[in-house]
Amino acid sequence: MAKIKGAVVVDSEECKGCNLCVVACPTQTLSLNRNVNGKGYNFSYMENPDSCIGCSNCSLVCPDSCITVYRVKTA
Amino acid sequence: MAEITEALKNIIKPENIVSQKSSVLTNQTMHYCPGCSHGVIHKIIAEVINEMEIQEDTIGVAPVGCSVFAYNYIDIDWQEAAHGRAPALGTAINRLNPDKFVFTYQGDGDLAAIGTAETLHAVNRGENMVMVFVNNGIYGMTGGQMAPTTMQGQVTATTPYGRNIDLHGYPLKITEMLAQLPGACYVTRQSVETPAAVRKTKKAIRKAFENTKKKQGTSFVEVVSTCNSGWKMSPEASNNWMRDNMFPFYPIGDIKDGEKVNANDLPNVGK
Repeated sequence: MAKIKGAVVVDSEECKGCNLCVVACPTQTLSLNRNVNGKGYNFSYMENPDSCIGCSNCSLVCPDSCITVYRVKTA
Repeated sequence: MAEITEALKNIIKPENIVSQKSSVLTNQTMHYCPGCSHGVIHKIIAEVINEMEIQEDTIGVAPVGCSVFAYNYIDIDWQEAAHGRAPALGTAINRLNPDKFVFTYQGDGDLAAIGTAETLHAVNRGENMVMVFVNNGIYGMTGGQMAPTTMQGQVTATTPYGRNIDLHGYPLKITEMLAQLPGACYVTRQSVETPAAVRKTKKAIRKAFENTKKKQGTSFVEVVSTCNSGWKMSPEASNNWMRDNMFPFYPIGDIKDGEKVNANDLPNVGK
């Protein structure tokens, strides 16, 4: 069965840590980092990279367009 | 962390991209507060412009309000209007350049308060443009004062005990009002709080721009949004507050979908 794997790359300097992507993620992949970026925000990152399915829900709700989503089909 | 990076390396390749920042958006960081709906709506407009390949033919009219700097973020031609006068300016641009795609982008303080006359008459004339109306219920930029669209009982900077209808009047449903006008072809109310809602709003804005291409009249898209700084809530809590309190009063969906009234269907005393 083909399995879909995804990956999310967050531009951590652009991210304002609004948490909307974390709420929108259906697989609890994303989470806010304990570290802060240059602006002082807890940026979003992939806490559980294995669970990402590349649905791009996070990028749809991101107000700052700082999320890039990748998806591959593995056999 | 190292082995995870190794596994991800195979996925993170340019050919596997399914979603990325629209090329119509500039690289400037938006000045909006974290979680502001404006960013999502800017992104939707940029994506629609990109998909329709009309970047060179689109002219936006920026309002006064938080979104006054919209011209810094979407890489198209812009005009900055005086407070509330975006539809009047849009009318002029549209009549001088009838082949261009004109849209106005306004908040509720701009469109529903100071610019009500311009809004009503531009829609009544059936100007061939798109009007995007961002309704967050308060004046966000100036510090969260009461706007005409503020809900009954909503606490704002100028209504610390909640909006009282006897004292402050009723919340204004300007979208329903504009749907009555013969010049409007498409009047809809959407939101951007969930991925599904974002997709629906994108469809609505796409349809509005397609109507401009067909010269069908004014397309009006209201987006019920949040102002988490002004409402003094977290972005997530303000989405929930909007869902619980604003959606019953501002129901989501199309209000009018058709075309403007044909002049031949109206009585003409000059004949």
